[in-house]
Amino acid sequence: MGAIFRRETLSYFTSPIGYIFLAAFYAFSAFSFTSNSLHYGTTKMDGMFQQLMIILIVLIPILTMRTMSEEKKNKTDQCLLTAPVGLGGIVAGKFLAAFLIYLMGIAITLVYAVVISAFATPDWMTIIGNFAGLLLVGAAFIAVGIFCSSLTENQVVSAVISFIALIALYMLTTIGDVVPSDFIEKLMPDLGAVWRTVITEAVVILVVTILFFLLGKKAGVLIGGFIAMLILGLFAAKGELIPTILSKLSFWERYVGFTYGLFDLSNALFFISAAVVFLFLTVRVLEKRRWA
Amino acid sequence: MIEVQNLSKHYGDKKAVDNISFKAQDGEILGFLGPNGAGKSTTMNILTGYISSTSGKAMIDGIDILEDPIKAKSKIGYLPELPPLYMDMTVKEYLNFIYDLKKCKLPRNTHLKDICSLVKIDHVYKRLIRNLSKGYRQRVGLAQALVGNPNVLILDEPTVGLDPKQIIEIRTLIKKLGRNHTVILSSHILSEVQAVCDKIVVINEGKIVADDTEDNLSQKLSSDHRLTVRIEGEQNKVTKLIESIRDVEKVDIGAKHEDAFEYRVEAKEGTDIRKELFLACAKSGYIILEMKSSELTLEDIFLRLTMGESIDGGEE
Repeated sequence: MGAIFRRETLSYFTSPIGYIFLAAFYAFSAFSFTSNSLHYGTTKMDGMFQQLMIILIVLIPILTMRTMSEEKKNKTDQCLLTAPVGLGGIVAGKFLAAFLIYLMGIAITLVYAVVISAFATPDWMTIIGNFAGLLLVGAAFIAVGIFCSSLTENQVVSAVISFIALIALYMLTTIGDVVPSDFIEKLMPDLGAVWRTVITEAVVILVVTILFFLLGKKAGVLIGGFIAMLILGLFAAKGELIPTILSKLSFWERYVGFTYGLFDLSNALFFISAAVVFLFLTVRVLEKRRWA
Repeated sequence: MIEVQNLSKHYGDKKAVDNISFKAQDGEILGFLGPNGAGKSTTMNILTGYISSTSGKAMIDGIDILEDPIKAKSKIGYLPELPPLYMDMTVKEYLNFIYDLKKCKLPRNTHLKDICSLVKIDHVYKRLIRNLSKGYRQRVGLAQALVGNPNVLILDEPTVGLDPKQIIEIRTLIKKLGRNHTVILSSHILSEVQAVCDKIVVINEGKIVADDTEDNLSQKLSSDHRLTVRIEGEQNKVTKLIESIRDVEKVDIGAKHEDAFEYRVEAKEGTDIRKELFLACAKSGYIILEMKSSELTLEDIFLRLTMGESIDGGEE
């Protein structure tokens, strides 16, 4: 893991990626800091921290796009996968390297805080809380980016997929608000929740069975069918639960709390778990590729 | 020691490797011979743990690569078909990275220096890999496999893309390494395998066509009964003369060189007609200008080993 971490960190600076990421982050954050804090003559930095998340959605895919895809394209993954290192070590090394570069980027926000302290005393605890929030959301974003990078050999495709994924994670609340939560209820208005669920599941099973035999007994149809059963079953039984779940998973909802100066342990754990889950999925993707 | 038992790898319905078994003892160089797409690289990728097998076992020094991959991998040095090089690193940085990656315990500087002088890359040690030529990249790939001094070396077409001088150098090097390592090397060039290996396994369409230990392949491959001769004299008469020699089965007429013609003579397998041919020509006053054994091509071998079964190149 140590060797991969060192090589990866260096490679950010032998290629333009590291410089581009850092320069762009410094430029945008400086702009955001000026327009939000300096311009209004306030010691509050929450406006900048809120904007920084949007900036991350654009910049993190650039940081992580080549982590896994380039190795596969250049066949250098053969060197890593046949070395006496576990898959977890490989992924962790790459994650930590990207995280280090990220840390070098966001450290600039502390400099901004020092700039403010030259004029008036800022609320240091809030700023440190904001910084911690940014740190955590970044870790989760980097894990998502690395996961997306492991799915493809093409860096551009990797960047686009992670960009879409990050926007989706950011927008989950909005998506939850527009999802029609009661459309099954409206179809069967006279039935109770139990019958509604039973009928929905029966219809789904019927459709999946037909598709399964029509498409030549593909296992993927069964998996898709199972997911559809879960989701539609949930809609039929308790439709209003869906928007709630989506907003609980929303990265923005979780992050914005930090910028208000609220350090909620559950939010911190949420980002850490998200990072762990996506890194774990990356390991699974690498593992699966060997068995394909 | 490398031991492979009933190894299979399926890609969907296609069987890339189909139930193969072979063994390579310590200090032995095993040549893996086969046309493109025969399953050589797939087998090597399974042996090194890069991909998994569908069924069967691959053991390195008695350790199953699937059961204890990290321990098994630490005993292997692998040079894949395309050397896995990071173009943005110098040779020095790259070898140091591999040294750390393999958690090598040998003294760093002397070990890396030894390897570099062994594969002759000392003078490019500080250059970017991106700027090296194909031959040097191949050598850096080989150096990478040698880091940590692993017991087992697995080399996938190690001489591809090298010039003749480099090929000879690399072959000599592999022979030297074979004295205290177990080496598996793959190739689709027969002469290379014959020159370097102690033992040959021929593979085609994922199946082992011939294993040296069982079939005594090296003797089978001796080709003294197939000759190319250049004889001065009238073509028809010479042909008749050759055909009259015992055991001769076929005579083809090749290119004409001034007064002499080239004849490709094929005799019964296991016979040597060189003496008879010489005496016959001498008696009749025809002058033999040149006589040599015809080289067997890979196709010939497959033809023989599969005894007339279809021999598609097996290209993917």
